[in-house]
Amino acid sequence: MKGAALLAILSHWRRHPLQLATLIAGLALAAGLWSAVQAINAEARASYARAAEQLGTAGLARLIPETGSIPIARYAELRRSGWRLAPVLEGVVSFDRQSFDIMGVDLLQHPQAPALAEAAEAESSTPLEALRPPGRIFAHSETAALLSEAQQTHPVTRLAALPRGIAMADLSLASQLLRRPDSLSYLLVLPEQTPGLAPLAELAPELTHLPARAAASDTGRLTDSFHLNLTAFGLLSFAVGLFIVQGTIALSLEQRRGMIRTLRSLGVPMRLLSGLFIAELAAIALAAGIAGLAGGYLVAAALLPGVNATLAGLYGASVDGSLSLRPGWVFSGLAMTLGGAFLAGAQSLFALWRLPILAAPATLARGQQASRSHMFSAFCGAASIAAGLIVLYFFQGLVAGFAFLGALMLGAALLLPLLISAGLSVGARMAKGALAEWLWADTRAQLPGMSLALMALLLALAANIGVGTMVSSFRLTFTGWLDQRLFAEVYVTATSDAQGAELAHWLEAQGITVLSRRYHDTRFKGAPLRVYGFEDDEAYRSNWPLLDASPDVWDQTASGKALLINEQLARRHKLAPGSILEIKPGWRLPVAGVYSDYGNPNGQAMVSLPALQKHVPSLPNRNFGLRADPQEITGLIKLIRQEFDFPRENITDQATVKTRSLAVFDRTFVITAALNLLTLGVAGFALLTSLLTLWSQRLPQLAPVWAMGVTRRQLAAAEVLRSLILAAGTAVLALPLGLVLAWVLLSVINVAAFGWKLPMYLFPLDWLRLFMLALLAAVIAAALPAWRLSRIDPADLLKVFANER
Amino acid sequence: MNANIILVASSLIWATAVQPQGYAGLGTDAEGFAIPKPDTRLTFPADHGLHSDFRIEWWYLTANLEGADGADYGIQWTLFRSALAPGEAAGWQSPQIWMAHAAVTTKDKHLFAERIARGGVGQAGVQTHPFSAWIDNWQMRSADETLEEISLSASGMEFSYDLNLMADGPLVLQGNAGYSVKSASGQASHYYSQPHYMVSGTLSLPDGPIDVTGHGWLDREWSSQPLAEDQSGWDWFSLSFDSGEKLMGFVLRGARGDFTSGTWISADGTAEPLAPGAFQAQPLNISDVQGREMPTHWHASVPDKGVSVEILALNPQSWMGTSFSYWEGPVAVIGSHSGKGYLEMTGYE
Repeated sequence: MKGAALLAILSHWRRHPLQLATLIAGLALAAGLWSAVQAINAEARASYARAAEQLGTAGLARLIPETGSIPIARYAELRRSGWRLAPVLEGVVSFDRQSFDIMGVDLLQHPQAPALAEAAEAESSTPLEALRPPGRIFAHSETAALLSEAQQTHPVTRLAALPRGIAMADLSLASQLLRRPDSLSYLLVLPEQTPGLAPLAELAPELTHLPARAAASDTGRLTDSFHLNLTAFGLLSFAVGLFIVQGTIALSLEQRRGMIRTLRSLGVPMRLLSGLFIAELAAIALAAGIAGLAGGYLVAAALLPGVNATLAGLYGASVDGSLSLRPGWVFSGLAMTLGGAFLAGAQSLFALWRLPILAAPATLARGQQASRSHMFSAFCGAASIAAGLIVLYFFQGLVAGFAFLGALMLGAALLLPLLISAGLSVGARMAKGALAEWLWADTRAQLPGMSLALMALLLALAANIGVGTMVSSFRLTFTGWLDQRLFAEVYVTATSDAQGAELAHWLEAQGITVLSRRYHDTRFKGAPLRVYGFEDDEAYRSNWPLLDASPDVWDQTASGKALLINEQLARRHKLAPGSILEIKPGWRLPVAGVYSDYGNPNGQAMVSLPALQKHVPSLPNRNFGLRADPQEITGLIKLIRQEFDFPRENITDQATVKTRSLAVFDRTFVITAALNLLTLGVAGFALLTSLLTLWSQRLPQLAPVWAMGVTRRQLAAAEVLRSLILAAGTAVLALPLGLVLAWVLLSVINVAAFGWKLPMYLFPLDWLRLFMLALLAAVIAAALPAWRLSRIDPADLLKVFANER
Repeated sequence: MNANIILVASSLIWATAVQPQGYAGLGTDAEGFAIPKPDTRLTFPADHGLHSDFRIEWWYLTANLEGADGADYGIQWTLFRSALAPGEAAGWQSPQIWMAHAAVTTKDKHLFAERIARGGVGQAGVQTHPFSAWIDNWQMRSADETLEEISLSASGMEFSYDLNLMADGPLVLQGNAGYSVKSASGQASHYYSQPHYMVSGTLSLPDGPIDVTGHGWLDREWSSQPLAEDQSGWDWFSLSFDSGEKLMGFVLRGARGDFTSGTWISADGTAEPLAPGAFQAQPLNISDVQGREMPTHWHASVPDKGVSVEILALNPQSWMGTSFSYWEGPVAVIGSHSGKGYLEMTGYE
């Protein structure tokens, strides 16, 4: 009996292959986009973790200085109190015009030492040789090649296990290269501490104890927002996919009611029947899940370069390696698909379970319940938005921002049916002529079957408007900001301090204004801080993009009595003009102004150059901005090239710098654009499937109209028109939702994620384009049902009057 | 044990010192390091401090203790200095590397720990005014510049100790006025001891703290070329007899024959170097020590002094599984003389 019942149940799909395809495609889409996002996140996280592990810092807590650095005497004291700590000194060193990140470690204490020792031995050196002049640099083979090219003094050992771009060396060499013989950047707290030691908080109150999780990587912390963003997108796609599936499952069960009644009448117990339906759904979900994973893998592989560009552009974080199949996202993808399928099918399965044995296999009288369910759904929607607002009001930060966004989107989606229904009533009241009235009324009657697809469309359109507005506003602000920041006409980088001095001298002799840009890297409250020294010039006073400032900001700053900080630093530590900031122990200055500094994840400060030189001797002096008449730029560059032996890329004019910066910016949002398009595609597909689903149920409603003389062609046109009306209504409603979304992204998410707030600009042309896109999607989605309708055999329409169904 | 220390330290002095081929170049070429000279006269307190012109040096203290519970205990505290180049420099440029071992041995437990440090930054070092030798929070400290009265502490994951030592006799110059020959071809070190410490203090063991008293022995030795090329390891004995007399003797095992030497210390502290070959030691019993065959039961004799004793390890498993691994543990002495002492055996890989 089991076999026969199963065959009977499954025979449905042979008669409705398109329905099966829709179900599988919907589930696969949901699973695919979700797992693509998960795969990307997993890959990026693994990459950060790998970097931390390769640097030997994984899983270890750190002691970091509040300001500046840790004196080595302090390190020795803490060691002598019994704590096993490994010292690290970080900095940037230049060899032959190229900068390298140097990580200096005590090769005798560092957790990564065995790998370094082994690598050194493989090159027939002993690990201890790396402790003696000329020292030894360890680097990934790519970085090692650059290092060997840039300098020959220190032998370089290739070590594939190190992350790219980092040069590791013993402290004896690193402290010499960085000219910091007495200080350390931070201390790693090694595993295996002797029991009974005095707590570090007591021994070193001036150092912040960063637990292993928080210390996992600065990169990880910074990029969390990006990954949260991706996850939100993935979840959105998943939800849209489930909308598709929900309708299809409901339909497939509804269409099998006659068969269910027959089977039950023949003695198949309901328990068995339900079990079979569940097994069927599970099998379909599994198949779709696997297909989705395969698709997700391809999508992720295609998107990964874009993600890398984004991460590199926004955070300077690099994700290397190609995509690999990780059990984490494979299983989570399958579980999500199964869970999602049952969630989507739950209502239908439950209804089936409660069905009286001889219930008529009629179509549900959906329309009659519609207005009641619209009200309920709208009430839930309003509640969801209210809850989101409460979260936003009481909590801050990234998660609260995303929680609000989620609640807002869900709430708006739930409000949609009521709003559209109200709009259709208005349309119906204004309609003239029987056919027009029928069209409005019919559209309204179809609304319950379409509402899930319309919700999907609403979400996709709003996401597009919101994210699009955010990116475009960002770009506009960024362009304006570049104009302010890059006021020098020519930028030159000298190859050495000596050449820098020579160049400055020569330029001044030519009567050219030279603004040297020198900086010192330090740490403030554990995070990197770059302190720029600037020379007082009218150009700063008239151009520099200040967001907030005390009255005599430039006089105060130029005289060395105050400093300027970037917006990120101000927001992160709640600093404002008047707050005091300690740059180095004993060097405290009041904040005189806050300037915008987009595209930089780290804190930055500006002080007058003489003040910086006084506190930090031997600042590198290689970067210069030159003021010149726009007509003379080409000549000036030529002249400098003749006079000095510079590589080409060391001299650039303002326009080139701007073009390059914008190129980086645009690359940064490649991934966003791609995901936007994918989400819209999914929503279009949802529209198509719901129209296809409705199609088979609509014959009983269309047949009478046809019988009254409306041609099939007219009916087909009405079909398309109906789809257009619904899509247009949804698009109109998506606009305000999208703008709210954009506002949240600009004023809440951006602040939490990057530390800068962006002004919002409106781009009506983009909306128009999107509106047209929505209509196009509606036409495409309605095209197949309409085409079928226009070609339907009149006999099929006549049959409606002949039998029940 | 932290694996990185093993790897890095494997290339420290000891590892190369006891390879079968001998001292890997160091025995023959001193690379600018000072070489021990027979006419050097040791002066104190200066020679309690470090000799950075020499390649290697150690402050080596062992003690046989008895607990309030009547059980026997042994402790070891050793600070090794090894230089990558002669001399000292400030900060990370220092060529000095420090390594320390500490252990507590009972009849059935041998607990040990190791620390490694760079010179130049203050994490480890030796001072003479007042005397202090330290690495991390392990230290050997005196209130003045002599070694008459010192305090000693160290700790590992499972043990720690805090001891006071008071000298009950004079310093003993080993070999010829502190010049100790280590091979027939003339390798030597500067070597003196303080074998007369009275010890009291507390051991903290996994079962709880225990008060102890007993006798301690400090060895100070520095050199740049301690082993001959054919020498692969040594067996070293420091024995304190109940009569008050003491015996230091060692056998350097070489492919071209063993080299033995020793010092007889009378009850009043007068030291008398033994003639080459006067001290003899033969294994009586072999134990399996973590997969190695090691003699933990010996017969030793100094016929001239009427000494013919058996030496038994308190705990045959006193293996120091440190970067450079060796056997070091307390022993009991029976026979013509009875007493206690310490045995060290290296080169049994």
